[in-house]
Amino acid sequence: MLRFLLNRVLQGAVLILIVSMIGFFVINLAPGGPLSQYAMTPGMSQADLDRIAAQMGLDRPLPVQYLDWLGNMLIGDWGNSYRDQSPVLDVVWRHMWATLLLMGTSTVISVALGTLVGVLGALKRYSIFDYMATVGAMIALSIPTFWFGLVAIFIFALELGWLPAGSMYTVGDQSLGDYLIHLIMPSIVLALVNVAIWSRYMRAATLDVIDQDYVRTAKAKGLPHLRVVSAHIVRNALIPMITLAGLQLPTIIGGALVTETVFTWPGLGRLFIDSLGYNDYPVIMGLLMFSAILTVIGNFLADVGVALADPRIRLG
Amino acid sequence: MTNTGNDFAHPSRRGFLGMTLMGAAGLGLSSLPGTARAQATGQVIVGISQEPTVFNPHLLHIEVDEGIHWALFDPLFSVEPDGSFAPRLVTEVPTVENGGISEDGTEWRISLKEGVTWHDGTPLTAEDVKFTLELQTNPDFRAARRTGHELIEEITVVSDTELTWKMSSAFAPYMAILSWTMIVPAHAFEGEDPNEAPFNQSPIGTGPFVWDSRAPGDNIQLVANPDYHGNKAQIERVVVRYVPDLTVLYTQFRTGDIDVIALQGIAPDHYAEASELSGKTVELVPVGTVETLSLNVGNPVLADPAVREALYLGVDKATVIDALYYGLPTATETYMPQQSFYYNESLPEHVYDPEAGIALLEEAGWVVGSDGIREKDGERLSFVCSTTAGNHTREQLQQFLQQSWRDMGIEMSISNLPPAVMWADHWMQSQFDMAVAGIIFLTGPDPDTRDYFHTEAINAQGGAGQNTFQYSNPRIDELLAEGATTVSPEARKPIYEEIQALVREELPFLPLFQRNEVRGHDEQMAGYTPNINVRITFWNMQDWSWS
Repeated sequence: MLRFLLNRVLQGAVLILIVSMIGFFVINLAPGGPLSQYAMTPGMSQADLDRIAAQMGLDRPLPVQYLDWLGNMLIGDWGNSYRDQSPVLDVVWRHMWATLLLMGTSTVISVALGTLVGVLGALKRYSIFDYMATVGAMIALSIPTFWFGLVAIFIFALELGWLPAGSMYTVGDQSLGDYLIHLIMPSIVLALVNVAIWSRYMRAATLDVIDQDYVRTAKAKGLPHLRVVSAHIVRNALIPMITLAGLQLPTIIGGALVTETVFTWPGLGRLFIDSLGYNDYPVIMGLLMFSAILTVIGNFLADVGVALADPRIRLG
Repeated sequence: MTNTGNDFAHPSRRGFLGMTLMGAAGLGLSSLPGTARAQATGQVIVGISQEPTVFNPHLLHIEVDEGIHWALFDPLFSVEPDGSFAPRLVTEVPTVENGGISEDGTEWRISLKEGVTWHDGTPLTAEDVKFTLELQTNPDFRAARRTGHELIEEITVVSDTELTWKMSSAFAPYMAILSWTMIVPAHAFEGEDPNEAPFNQSPIGTGPFVWDSRAPGDNIQLVANPDYHGNKAQIERVVVRYVPDLTVLYTQFRTGDIDVIALQGIAPDHYAEASELSGKTVELVPVGTVETLSLNVGNPVLADPAVREALYLGVDKATVIDALYYGLPTATETYMPQQSFYYNESLPEHVYDPEAGIALLEEAGWVVGSDGIREKDGERLSFVCSTTAGNHTREQLQQFLQQSWRDMGIEMSISNLPPAVMWADHWMQSQFDMAVAGIIFLTGPDPDTRDYFHTEAINAQGGAGQNTFQYSNPRIDELLAEGATTVSPEARKPIYEEIQALVREELPFLPLFQRNEVRGHDEQMAGYTPNINVRITFWNMQDWSWS
């Protein structure tokens, strides 16, 4: 077990290092550079831009800049945002909890609903419900989230006036109820696609399990139907879902990108788009690193989780 | 126009308020000093499509940041919508007439108002002004701009409310630069790296609003400053809300989630619908951006003035504005905003006359070749037009022009580039033939355009500036030098009118129109006055009120 742990940590570290190297150089290869957006500012001269670039150390060779960044990163200094000068970790942290709130709510909805729809669809294969769930999932997967979000805003905010058009809270209110009302539309819009994904995976996994010998045995020995489903079918069908969940972990950064834009949700997805727009390299790198670390952790947790859930798998 | 805000025939807002105050005093209400307005109440939500993140007004920033700066800080004097200067922290705007500026324009004397305090209670002194001006040229500070400030040689603090400085040479645009230079507190930077001082995240100013809080990615909240030295804000709380998508921004304006739709405003194709909304005021606000067909006169074909003139005659401007731009922009003949004091009204008006253009080309020796394209001395009348890729309206404009000019025997091909490539060396080093470019030629209200028209501002020829047209005219160089060292606006006006006439005649760019942006606010809200001389429309939030 210890060897397994060490091994994975080492692998993860190498992977993250490679990602950081590629990320850093690719970002810097993009034309323009962090100061190009200011070139059309009235009264801005090339001399001013060159001076500021030099003051920021952007005129140094790329490998030097990279090593400098890496060295600081290793001692916990992720650099400062070019946009607002505050430390990258602060910037990420301040946007994190908005995303966690949205992703968390939406994940609960999509896992619960997806599992239910998937299992029911598999148990009643080729029933009307199954067909409807399949068609529904296809539609949900093919409609762009952006469009769906705007339609939802049009109906529920503009026409009916039931729900707020966006934002995380009403300025000056910020009660729990206020947060919940603001959460309804974005979390459901975001969950829609995930319900579709989860239900499809869950349906397939359930179908794999449903014809297994132990299920037949369970039925044969006269266990109540509900117990067969819950203890023998769903439990085993969930094992591959653990891997899926682990792989989904890093999407908390990018997954809500579109939804956050449509519903003006101040989370990491929007931070990422904005940072790209402003060529805010330190924040882009920070998010990339964060995402890489989450991928490594997600994979690791998935492996451990599967091993815990399935006694046939041994780590090491 | 004069340099003071006290022109009696055209009273500024402050002047008017002063008169009201005098009236109030006469009625025996003098027991209420400085409270011409009731207690601030209510809240206003301003929606913008870019997020303000830079609160130190002297670091590199974008225009939305300046809306926050105007609320939190004061410059020594501000520039009003009519282009005049009005005192903010000074008792009087310095002029040659009142002795604030010496005859030769190199010696300045500034008197500050008494009793002005920073939001933390510390009194404002002349040391703060000195610190602010010196910060701009501090080698360790990443100041956004140094132009003008670099000329200051020595600042002397005479007393707490008075200071003088000497400049190495007269520089008329410095008035405009100062009107944009927000004064920051020296004590907030003591012992700090000015690039990373805590001040940059929790700014302290002297302005009409006090910093309250920031929820990154969502909103910034400001509250009225009850001790403001000027016109106190009437609205208690301002929420500047960041809504990144223009469609969503417009939707939130319709639902009433935001009260004011500021930058980027309402998209042109929503204008007609928006004007019909009940309970909302939607208006066109002129901005300083002039849409040009910029020409590279270093190109052998475009170097011929007859070609440039003929191209201009072949542009059906009215159709372009009505059909492609929903009739929103204002046709113009110059780079100078039409609201400017220096605008030359007597420039020849453009006519759409392709026949006259053809005659001009024939006369200049451009004759139709075998492929239908004109040529002269083996040179085909052919060039490439480029602009930012993905700007659909501009792409339609290009196709429209391509067709119009093709009928005159002129060949234009289109090659558009992503913004980071288009406006980098391709533009700055004059590698284009023709570019569709929206340019703000002026820095604030000052008419100086040395960067765009001076021979030494051609980057492609070793100069420093933005004369990407590679346009050179010795007379203009002379006029620019004269204008920059002439202090009185009345004396400067004819100089800049002549420059405009020369540019209109020689056409280093074909001026299409001056942009208007669509802005909207709740009908119940008063005091929303855009100002073409500043970069942002929500610059005067202290004057806003709910009726």
